[in-house]
Amino acid sequence: MKRLINRHPDNWLKYTLGTLPFVAVLVLYVFASDARLAENPKDKLLPSLSSIATAVDKAATEPSKRTGEYILWNDTIASISRLAMGVGAAALIGLIFGVMNGAIPLIRANLSPFITVVSLIPPLALLPVLFIVFGLGELSKVVLIAVGITPFIIRDLQNKVLELPRELIIKAQTLGASTWLLIIRVILPQVLPRLIDAVRLSLGAAWLFLIAAEAIASTDGLGYRIFLVRRYMSMDIILPYVAWITLLAFMTDYILRTISTRAFPWFHAMSK
Amino acid sequence: MALIEAKALAKSYGDNIVLEQVNTKVEKGEFITIVGTSGCGKTTFLRMLLGIEQPTRGKLLLGGNPFPDEPSPERGIVFQRYSVFPHLTVLKNVLVGLELESSPFTGRLFGSERGEAIAKAKEILNSVGLSHALNLYPHEMSGGMQQRLAIAQALIKNPKILLLDEPFGALDPGIRGDMHQLILDLWRKTGVTIFMITHDLQEGFYLGTRLWVFDKIRLDKDNPNSYGACITYDIPAGNKDNNTYHEIDDSLDESRRVLVG
Repeated sequence: MKRLINRHPDNWLKYTLGTLPFVAVLVLYVFASDARLAENPKDKLLPSLSSIATAVDKAATEPSKRTGEYILWNDTIASISRLAMGVGAAALIGLIFGVMNGAIPLIRANLSPFITVVSLIPPLALLPVLFIVFGLGELSKVVLIAVGITPFIIRDLQNKVLELPRELIIKAQTLGASTWLLIIRVILPQVLPRLIDAVRLSLGAAWLFLIAAEAIASTDGLGYRIFLVRRYMSMDIILPYVAWITLLAFMTDYILRTISTRAFPWFHAMSK
Repeated sequence: MALIEAKALAKSYGDNIVLEQVNTKVEKGEFITIVGTSGCGKTTFLRMLLGIEQPTRGKLLLGGNPFPDEPSPERGIVFQRYSVFPHLTVLKNVLVGLELESSPFTGRLFGSERGEAIAKAKEILNSVGLSHALNLYPHEMSGGMQQRLAIAQALIKNPKILLLDEPFGALDPGIRGDMHQLILDLWRKTGVTIFMITHDLQEGFYLGTRLWVFDKIRLDKDNPNSYGACITYDIPAGNKDNNTYHEIDDSLDESRRVLVG
């Protein structure tokens, strides 16, 4: 008998084992839900799959009586656009400052300690400040996401620039590159795939800040909705919304990974 | 006037004395191979030629003037690894050398200028035997092909000096022979002055016009860094007989025992 650490599943076993926990949770839920509903048909804590389906169907395909909007899609678009703006701004600022910090020692000496300190501020503690300064509108939510993840992206990219082999930086100089050309032709193209990695890593935090901001001050959005219906214990909305957010997060990550492998094949071949 | 001249050159990092009393002259067109035990300052000397290290004492002159204190196109370099840009194809790796200096803002050439640069890049890639691989990325090539590319990339700038830092150290012995032939051909054709560091005494012995051995004359077994190394053998190409080979080999073994243990 081989040691356990040397036994690898074949493809069929791998997928079966991977699917098992999902199926287990679902089965467990159905049993628990059935048991509670048998006791009390009005129970709201673990709604049956069919009542969840009805609630989702209503949220996705029937216009709301109050506003005439399709709630699920409206919430999704509101949340995704806030997330995209916040993460996009963070990625752009992170790229510029990360590359400058990594490439130019004088700028690094100037900004690096400051960014390290800023990155230690808990972003949620700043949320009241952002509401006061930027108002309760869209801007403060976008700014919260950006404030929350930019320091991480800057520091990550700064390290990635410093990790580039010194040989390449020297080589570029022997080919006559100025600081500017070294940045745009050697450093920037090599940190772009690493920027995508940094964004993928920070998306979890970005969702956290988004939902927190929506929960506190918003009139639409996925986070707003689940905190709103919590008052009525509408688990039939909360649970599918949580699953939907998870799916969106998974798809975003998948898309970013696909873009990265398509656009930067050399990077993924190197890191194998 | 000599192309390169070292006068009482010394380099130390704090108490760690790497080089001392290096005195030498190098004429244009020489091909110098450098051997020595690790820690005997070969790489430090090369880094000073490259301009990324400065002498602690003494003088290192290029055409009578102090060496520029940062890398420049007159000194090309090929490292053992990481010499080529992983994000560019073979052709673009060479092309970038022509683009960087002629286009200060975008670092790219367009139109007919680009056409001319591509033709030039193809010509030099042809001379290192890579004309069939123009659109490959470095990770798709063998170590030997990557080093050929690195050499082409360095030579496209027509440097006065070509520095080779153990360029073939990671290659298979068979491929190494081909690379020796290649570098000798290119050296004859371009007349560039070459400094090549190698671990392999045999390689250093028959390649090039002049062999340098960097070694410590005085060895302190308890405190090996208290004396620096200098050039202990400086042998012209014609004088490389078997006895000298063994003499050098023995002396290198001796310091290897003390320094590396």
